[in-house]
Amino acid sequence: MTNNQLIALKRPIDQVGVEERVARFQTRSIKNEAKNQGLKMVLNMIDLTTLEGKDTEGKVRQMCYKAVHPHDALSDLPTVAAVCVYPTFVAIAKDALKGSGVKVASVATAFPSGNSSRKIKLADTKIAVDAGADEVDMVISRGEFLSGNYSFMFDEIAAIKDACGKARLKIILETGELSTLDNVRHASDIAMLAGADFIKTSTGKISPAATMPVTLVMLEAIRDHYYETGKMVGMKPAGGISKSKLALHYLVMVKETLGDAWLSNEWFRFGASSLANDVLMQLAKQADGQYQGLDYFSKD
Amino acid sequence: MSRLEVQKTYKIYIAGAFPRTESGRFYPVKLKNGTVTNICLSSRKDARNAVVAARNAFEGWSSRAAFNRSQILYRIAEMLEGRKAQFIEELIAVGSSKASAQKEVEASIDRCVYFAGWCDKYTQLFGSVNPVASSHFNFSVQEPTGVVTIIAPESPSLLGLVSAIMPVIAGGNTCVVLASENSPHVAVTFAEVLNSSDVPGGVINILTGKEDELVEHFSSHMDVNATIYCREKHLTKIKENASLNVKRVSDWSGKDWFKDGDDPYLLLEMQEVKTTWHPIENIAGTKSGY
Repeated sequence: MTNNQLIALKRPIDQVGVEERVARFQTRSIKNEAKNQGLKMVLNMIDLTTLEGKDTEGKVRQMCYKAVHPHDALSDLPTVAAVCVYPTFVAIAKDALKGSGVKVASVATAFPSGNSSRKIKLADTKIAVDAGADEVDMVISRGEFLSGNYSFMFDEIAAIKDACGKARLKIILETGELSTLDNVRHASDIAMLAGADFIKTSTGKISPAATMPVTLVMLEAIRDHYYETGKMVGMKPAGGISKSKLALHYLVMVKETLGDAWLSNEWFRFGASSLANDVLMQLAKQADGQYQGLDYFSKD
Repeated sequence: MSRLEVQKTYKIYIAGAFPRTESGRFYPVKLKNGTVTNICLSSRKDARNAVVAARNAFEGWSSRAAFNRSQILYRIAEMLEGRKAQFIEELIAVGSSKASAQKEVEASIDRCVYFAGWCDKYTQLFGSVNPVASSHFNFSVQEPTGVVTIIAPESPSLLGLVSAIMPVIAGGNTCVVLASENSPHVAVTFAEVLNSSDVPGGVINILTGKEDELVEHFSSHMDVNATIYCREKHLTKIKENASLNVKRVSDWSGKDWFKDGDDPYLLLEMQEVKTTWHPIENIAGTKSGY
């Protein structure tokens, strides 16, 4: 699409309205059996993530073990949805997760800044996909987007989508750098038109990461895209969601914005690492009655 | 025109802030002059929030230089001294005589100074270098236990509270304290003193309310490492609950806080001992010299 066509997609967002709507999601009280089910659903939607310079094979294998065995002291726990690692660790994660059904996601395209040439980004994606990644999390070129070069962003996503083959593509908008909700909506629309399978808020490397207002705007973009094209797109808030209660509020928001069809890890994910332990502590509290401490759960 | 006195809202103290109880519940405490004060009836969720605050504060507080902890405890004494008149007044309002109120407040100030002194000295006195039959330098040193819950004595309401808190925080622990049920006003005012004494938020959290409601969560919470009980009724239950994660339990009931509070062994009760075996060269045939 041409830049002018993409400019025409811009729509204004009512920030005050969004914040009021979000405040209402946070008044929902979810208790007992519903809470248990909700927590298990949250656990099943987590992309357990390690994206640090100090990552090692051992760290990745330990995380993969946790992905499949979140907390063996509790019965009937689901696995998490996926693990998310750098391309160099995809083969290791793939091996560690063999037969478990947990997917391997890899960040690519010069994560987290996205400042590199198209050639490098395509090669980066190819390395991840060739190593067996089921999902690719790419970052957009925020600089190009903010300077109005929307077709650059569109073409880049389309090119990476081609390189992904069968792997599902998640587009990281890095909303903390997009300044306004208008921009978040616009970037979401461009990403979905260019072929995104998922849109994702953040890299987790800058603050603010995922917030409820930003996520609501993106969910509404997904809803409108579905109405216009009939195509479902997934959503992944990432970073900054570390408490179960907040995660449950996100689920309420998904249900009330997109409906039950999106309430599975096919269409909704949490990018998080410490959230898993908080969910497990809550589930243990529900099971045994005592408030829990992190000493009794595996370290992230 | 006569002026209406501005009354204080008594609130709880969690993470360096003064929230009302999340439950919205209150219980009345009647003062000697007939005034009824509404005191927060803290819930299990307040207790949980306080434990989270104490856990978050633990790393910073326990890794501070001991001398700096000492300075901060001394600062509490300074602030308390400046508010002496207010504390005496509040104790009289719940039934103390003027003389006994003054004695209690002064003893409380002195207790802070006493434990301020111990902060950077107890490891020197109670740590040890141990003789071992191998080429090791072997030494033992005290380390804080972690998050401590305290059910403070019913009375003396100020001195008992201060005497239970000071040995705990002097040793680098953080704590959640339940104040006296019938005389909680001084505990809330003491929180205001803490708030202006450089004590980081979360190191001391003070709740008001009923022992019967909170004892369960004070003793069963898995993120609490030790618990101190200064009353009579629930010791057995506390010990049973503490067994869940092998909490350290101290029974400080029946103490005369005017006499028994100046005691470094109270501080040691909330410490764990770490022993280090450090390999050294044993020079041929000579004794190690340690």
